Amino acid sequence: MGIIKALKLGFDYLKYDDDGNIEGRKQAVADVDLDVQKGEFIAILGHNGSGKSTLAKHINALLLPTEGTMWIDGMDTAKEPDLWKIRQRAGMVFQNPDNQIISSVVEEDVGFGPENMGVPTSQIWERVNKSLEKTGMTAYRTHSPNRLSGGQKQRVAIARVMAMLPSCIVLDEPTAMLDPNGRKEVLEAVRELNKTEGVTVVLITHYMEEVAGADRVFVMDRGRIVMQGTPRQIFSRVEELKSYRLDVPQVTLLAWELREAGLDIPRGILTTEELADALCQLS
Amino acid sequence: MSIELKNISYVYSPGTAYEIYALRDITLNIPDGQFIGVIGHTGSGKSTLIQHLNALLRPTSGTILYNGQNIWDEGYDRKALRSEVGLVFQYPEHQLFESDVLSDVCFGPMNQGLTREEAEVQARAALKQVGFPEDSLENSPFELSGGQKKRVAIAGVLAMNPKFLILDEPTAGLDPRGRDEILDQIALLHKERGITIMLVSHSMEDMANYAERLIVMNKGEVFFDDTPREVFRHYKELEPVGLAAPQITYIMHALHDRGLPVDTDVTTVEEAKESILKTLNTGKKSQKNKEQAETVPGRSKV
Repeated sequence: MGIIKALKLGFDYLKYDDDGNIEGRKQAVADVDLDVQKGEFIAILGHNGSGKSTLAKHINALLLPTEGTMWIDGMDTAKEPDLWKIRQRAGMVFQNPDNQIISSVVEEDVGFGPENMGVPTSQIWERVNKSLEKTGMTAYRTHSPNRLSGGQKQRVAIARVMAMLPSCIVLDEPTAMLDPNGRKEVLEAVRELNKTEGVTVVLITHYMEEVAGADRVFVMDRGRIVMQGTPRQIFSRVEELKSYRLDVPQVTLLAWELREAGLDIPRGILTTEELADALCQLS
Repeated sequence: MSIELKNISYVYSPGTAYEIYALRDITLNIPDGQFIGVIGHTGSGKSTLIQHLNALLRPTSGTILYNGQNIWDEGYDRKALRSEVGLVFQYPEHQLFESDVLSDVCFGPMNQGLTREEAEVQARAALKQVGFPEDSLENSPFELSGGQKKRVAIAGVLAMNPKFLILDEPTAGLDPRGRDEILDQIALLHKERGITIMLVSHSMEDMANYAERLIVMNKGEVFFDDTPREVFRHYKELEPVGLAAPQITYIMHALHDRGLPVDTDVTTVEEAKESILKTLNTGKKSQKNKEQAETVPGRSKV
């Protein structure tokens, strides 16, 4: 069993009237099967309202399935006694960097998690040091998080999760509000953790180019997983992606347009080098 | 009609140890009818700049002229200015407050002195213009998706019939189609109603696709002010200030480095496609000519 496993997972948002009776239900996630192996880097794409964030919140038991089951590291998220263990195994980083700050000093912010878990002080500092180092934020440890740039704030948020020694980290549009540099910083930090620490990564994003380096990509629509495969497989299906309100990276789009115009270029080009190779062969 | 900024500076905590220049000596002319993009890294002064344009912030020094009149003159009608220069903030959800969509959009025009009936006419027109579905006008604005909320927020400003529309990252967090829909709507407003647009964004690709003029902010100063094509030609100078060029620019430079003589100044996928096709065709033609030349005896020496 993988580190994240979902079987026929479904979730309905319930609407209550003033007396607490169920007035309506809205299906947000339906029939999702997922099996993510330890150390994998997976990406989830989908338009606004497709159910990505609802699914993500199941990974650390912020939401519990109304149908089916979700296991994290073999633990059923619906079983209360394992709740804190699950939350420690699966950390989350959200979109808005300003909503995640809890302390006025970076190192205290990062140490909050382990302290809350009852980790002995000396170990807390060890963890803080290491997390800051891994995210490249050591130089800012005594700064106020409020004065950092967006990308730096998000790296602090990642460091805070890392200090809990999670086995997987879920990032829900971590770069949506960042400038290009901030986006690059955050993605580099995430890739680094995945590669050197073997942390399983679940990245939710609207930036198609951020997905190119993932091991597997899942596309969601109306709460269901409608496409899955390697980035190359997914980005080969330009028109299908567009039908789900999505897009492809600009280099893939350019290659696709050139192919449509009659050039003999392979499908699913992901990098500039691949496009250059293909075009050089033609000329 | 125009907005002119003359030597604008905005200083936080002036005269103290915490003195910070958010804007330093900015001089800009924003004439009628342009589609202007504003880029800059977090903290470069973009948001501070745009809040000066409709007098939400008062400059520490310098003057702002709207149609030649100083907006901070005594007795100047800044309320009228704010209905001519509309501002859509980054978080539309912070800008919505009524119990239903239609009332929310009516708030602006009613505040301008219209009756509810008159306001509704303008509100409905504005909601239609941003592509908001007519059957959802009675919904609570808080139950809408991110994209729909942004549409309502933009409609709320449009209903006041602004001459200038300033949008602070209107597409952050939207899916690709939602992003294109909102930007296409804004481009349409620009084209059909001649509204001057000022768009703050972190997406260089969007800027390349839509803006005709690009203002680059860095450390509270104007770093570049030119067409996107010209600005992105300096992409190596943009990187140290936290910015970048559109992906296409990098692709074209990489192709050029590999010996394909493509136009490295193009910034959109469409232009790139044209340039590559043209390059490959002329490449083939010249090769053909060469082959032909070689097969015709006596001509190869010419």
